[in-house]
Amino acid sequence: MDILKFLTAGSVDDGKSTLIGRLLYDSDSILLDQLEALQSSNRKNDDGTIDLAILTDGLKAEREQGITIDVAYKYFQTDKRKFIIADTPGHIQYTRNMVTGASNANLAIILVDARKGVIEQTIRHSFLVSLLGIQQVVLAINKMDMVDYSEDVYNKIVADYKVLAGKVDLKNVHYLPVSALKGDNIVNNSTNMPWYPGESLLHFLETVELNIDNSTEHARFPVQWVVRPQTDELHDYRGYAGRVSSGSFKVNDKVTVLPSGFTSTISKIEVFDKEPAEATAGMSITMHLADEIDISRGDLLVNSSYQPQVSQLIEADLCWMDTRALDTTHTYFIQHNSKVTRCKIQETLYKVNINTLEKEQSEDFKLNDIGRIIIKTADPLAFDAYQENKANGGAIIIDSRTNVTVGAVMLRSVAD
Amino acid sequence: MTNHNQLDYLDELEAEAIHILREVAGQFERPALLFSGGKDSITLVRLAEKAFRPGKFPFPLVHIDTGHNFIETIQYRDDMVARLGEKLIVGLVQDSIDQGKVVEQKGKNASRNPLQTVTLLDTIADNKFDACIGGARRDEEKARAKERIFSVRDEFGQWDPKRQRPELWNIYNGKIHKGENVRVFPISNWTELDVWNYIRRENIALPSIYFAHERDTIVRNGQLMAANEVLNMDADDVIERRTVRFRTVGDMTCTAAVASEAFLIDDIIDEISNSKISERGARMDDKVSEAAMEDRKKGGYF
Ligand SMILES: Nc1nc2c(ncn2[C@@H]2O[C@H](COP(=O)(O)OP(=O)(O)O)[C@@H](O)[C@H]2O)c(=O)[nH]1
Repeated sequence: MDILKFLTAGSVDDGKSTLIGRLLYDSDSILLDQLEALQSSNRKNDDGTIDLAILTDGLKAEREQGITIDVAYKYFQTDKRKFIIADTPGHIQYTRNMVTGASNANLAIILVDARKGVIEQTIRHSFLVSLLGIQQVVLAINKMDMVDYSEDVYNKIVADYKVLAGKVDLKNVHYLPVSALKGDNIVNNSTNMPWYPGESLLHFLETVELNIDNSTEHARFPVQWVVRPQTDELHDYRGYAGRVSSGSFKVNDKVTVLPSGFTSTISKIEVFDKEPAEATAGMSITMHLADEIDISRGDLLVNSSYQPQVSQLIEADLCWMDTRALDTTHTYFIQHNSKVTRCKIQETLYKVNINTLEKEQSEDFKLNDIGRIIIKTADPLAFDAYQENKANGGAIIIDSRTNVTVGAVMLRSVAD
Repeated sequence: MTNHNQLDYLDELEAEAIHILREVAGQFERPALLFSGGKDSITLVRLAEKAFRPGKFPFPLVHIDTGHNFIETIQYRDDMVARLGEKLIVGLVQDSIDQGKVVEQKGKNASRNPLQTVTLLDTIADNKFDACIGGARRDEEKARAKERIFSVRDEFGQWDPKRQRPELWNIYNGKIHKGENVRVFPISNWTELDVWNYIRRENIALPSIYFAHERDTIVRNGQLMAANEVLNMDADDVIERRTVRFRTVGDMTCTAAVASEAFLIDDIIDEISNSKISERGARMDDKVSEAAMEDRKKGGYF
């Protein structure tokens, strides 16, 4: 059994919370005491049934305002798969929360209201999902009960969305007419839409294939910690501890240490008391090399035949996440895997109006702004283009004055 | 070329937790692992072994002892520390009471559980810990569902849900100002069932109170409590011997038992898979109000 992490995006009142609540409820993932709390809560639907949306609300402030403002994580499982849901708010002022939720998702469910179809928010959500490199998308056309389960309405929305998907470069879109409130096509196939031949949402989530990059080309291993027991019997033990971020390493592979450029050969891979011959993406291991070279936290080990880009001047996409605007004269920190170094945003190339997808000339990156920049770093970064290898292409900007994470960076290429 | 073999879910959760523990080691000067004696922190210890052996842990274990712990828990703790050869620091709630920093609660539902916060914050300050690793999970409670894996606390240990840092990919920002510290939750993404399945797979020993046993109990506020000297009992309380087990091993004054015939770990996993009461439902301190956990977190509770 494996894990699927997915994100839900939709604008306020499209039925996102109801949809998640329905998934949990119909798949028997709600426990009795939670159900009791739900039933005793004074929020009910108009027809007196319990309001499933409460299941995904968390913070008090949110309960008071009746909206979701942060990312909430929900967990459930079926016989086939475990699921982690990142429930993120849809409103434009919470773009950064959606970016945060999307950064770890393998799949996104984008909701639209069948009565409204593709709207400005749908464009924004689709753009962000694409920017964050999520390859699988489900377009859930919700509230079908309110349009008489009409096939024509569905077809029109699908046609509109295909145009949008082309524009933002989303390739794998799965279209699904649902009613989160009534339960149509969520866990069970709907009898109200005999014209729709496809499977239910849950069935799709259980069976969709996940792309895990275990290629040798993308063998990347950021060193987090050097294990040196320095006891008598383990005097010469020196292991490099970290998590394979992408690709695969085998014993005897030639590796290069970046940014220094030293090379060596993998002599042993340890996973606690085991010594596997190969380590693949996602595994936390301790690696041993044949030669004694100077390696420390922040270094990146890669397969010598397939090296990433190494540079101090990098073109990247940026999502600004702080209320204090980007200051191109200020020195920030950038954190890329286990490496932290100082940086400046040397140039802002353009900003994207994420509602219309138009590019604008602007120096001014405020909260939730997204666009293209050139970043200059104190130490070189060894990176891959985010859209080709997410695991080695994402970085965060930290404000040295507040220590707060103020930007999400999707690295692209060496700038000239 | 891309292929599709993904790690099994327990391997993936384990690898993620190890990665987080190593980030703590790499980013902080004086980290600590908060050890409660419960299955979640026992799991953390196992993960720390996997992250750092054959080296030593880059942090001590810290136990906040209310003085009202089950003796089985304390016995377990001491045996474990001896086996590991790692350092244990104990913060005593009794010391905080003796120093007049906290006042013992009175009445039938008196518990030392809320007093722990003060002892914890003092222990953090005395040892200048800049990061405290804890075993909280997001599936436990609604407020926790939104907490970051690296969760920054101010000098007063407070969590401000509105000022959480964005946390992207698996990049954790551990930069803090003097006086602040970070609570780190490596098993955030695990569910109760995941923890049990992991304990079974790894063959990890647990304190015996997790398994069904006979004990004197009373019914209090609709829940089964262990009858013992630290619970304020009166003539209304009827002591009855029952076969029970505990789903968490908190303070004796606030940890309810459940009637159970689960004598072995397989029985427990069956029980939980079919169970309709979530874990925190068995802790009285969450029942006080719908927002109880959120309030306590803001006040510096784990
Ligand atoms: N008729 C109908 N109403 C729905 C459906 N899904 C959600 N709703 C209602 O739409 C409103 C907003 O839903 P909610 O889940 O809170 O939306 P969110 O803001 O996207 O999380 C609520 O009154 C829901 O009961 C649906 O499929 N059909």
